[in-house]
Amino acid sequence: MIEISNLEKSFDGNQVLKGISCTLETGKCNLLLGGSGTGKSVLLSCVVGLMKPDLGSITFDGTVYTNSKVDIRQEIRRKIGMLFQGSALFDSMTVAKNVEFPLQMLTPDMSLEERRDRVEFCLKRVGLENAGNKMPSEISGGMKKRVGIARAIAPNCTYLFCDEPNSGLDPATSIKIDELIAEITHEYNITTAIITHDMNSVVGIGDHIIFLHQGKKLWDGNKEEILNAQVPELREFIFSSSLVRAAKRVEEEDGPQGLEHLAAEPLSEV
Amino acid sequence: MLKIFGSFVLFLYNMVTRTERIRVLWNRFIEEATLIGVNSIFIVGIVSAFIGAVTCIQIAYNLTNPLIPKSTIGYMVREMTILELAPTITSIVLAGKVGSSIAGGLGTMRITEQISALEVMGINSTSYLVLPRILASMFMFPLLVILAMALSILGGYLAGTLSGVMAPQDYIEGIRTDFIPYNIVFALIKAVVFAFLVSGISAYKGYYTEGGALEVGAASTAAVTNSIIAILLADYVLAAVLL
Repeated sequence: MIEISNLEKSFDGNQVLKGISCTLETGKCNLLLGGSGTGKSVLLSCVVGLMKPDLGSITFDGTVYTNSKVDIRQEIRRKIGMLFQGSALFDSMTVAKNVEFPLQMLTPDMSLEERRDRVEFCLKRVGLENAGNKMPSEISGGMKKRVGIARAIAPNCTYLFCDEPNSGLDPATSIKIDELIAEITHEYNITTAIITHDMNSVVGIGDHIIFLHQGKKLWDGNKEEILNAQVPELREFIFSSSLVRAAKRVEEEDGPQGLEHLAAEPLSEV
Repeated sequence: MLKIFGSFVLFLYNMVTRTERIRVLWNRFIEEATLIGVNSIFIVGIVSAFIGAVTCIQIAYNLTNPLIPKSTIGYMVREMTILELAPTITSIVLAGKVGSSIAGGLGTMRITEQISALEVMGINSTSYLVLPRILASMFMFPLLVILAMALSILGGYLAGTLSGVMAPQDYIEGIRTDFIPYNIVFALIKAVVFAFLVSGISAYKGYYTEGGALEVGAASTAAVTNSIIAILLADYVLAAVLL
């Protein structure tokens, strides 16, 4: 579990995070939801240690991360896996070498054979067992995301952070990536935080959703509660999606049965 | 200016604190030495051979006094090559080739979040990415300068003798006259200093790139420009201090 308390961060006098406090729960997909420029990425950067907050504290399973000694921070960082928006694969290495890299760097005691087994396992886990010898430039965007996930989980991470895992992907691939992240989170009981503004992700894998608006946390709850939340900014955000608006309209016109009927129809008829 | 210098010093300090394991650094050093050194042999060879040839022809063109022995041409080619042309011109050529490659490579890694990925893993990115590049440069530049010295003197020999400007024995006599071994040491010291400046400045420019592809190009250009200026300034300071 990660506890964020009263986090503040400014850039040149512009306060981006305004005293955010929230908890990222273990074994759940914690979604950081919000429009562009609301501070989601800055919050995540502070949590993973890429930025130093001006005020506040971040605690990883009881260990304070902010302002702690370098050794403690290093120890926590080594438990972190991260999937970047652009995947951030090392383009000079093959897919297998990318996945092996954190093992090589972080677990020097691991034998070559153990490392190869682990790489094979992780690639198989994300459905890329035959792509090990390919270079990142030779694979699709969705495959890159999968490699990013494999690399993140290779060293048995305790905390998984995903920065807009669906960006640049088609809806079907987005859902597959979401499902993969959710499966891994539940299977290994890790703490996962996902930045998103994709409503498909919200209703699909939102075990715990934190809504940010103008650097503040305005709401938190889960995917069952979000559609009935009474926060105007959140409602505006949710119902700016055409698909959600259409679903809402069908529900209002035909009741819950209308929605069920809509979901059962083939995509070509919708 | 002072702020940039302070930031550069901090950058170098971060690079040498919390370094990665020796084995990891050694492997990275070998990779970088290959990229920086072996891949630069061709361009250094071509440039130095032709500079030696042109130097020889131009000195011969200016030495028309029959009282001055022809061997003086060989002597002057050797002195110019060892003291100035080989270390400085080679380093300027390498600033263009190696410096832009370092800045462009690191800049691209920065904007594609590869450096952030290293940091998130708990790896000291400056130690992992920059230190091997600087050490490999400091090791390979002197070797390339030695190669440049040899090829430049050979280029002078071929140009002088094949064009009929002078006899081969005159050139050989010239390059063996009043040889001062310290000049070689001085040239190698210059090569090491220039290597540090080129790789350090280029890595700094690339590492702190912000923005997109346009900024990566700008960082590469700035790396080459600043490296060349630093080489010329250091060249003067070293000559004033060490000669």
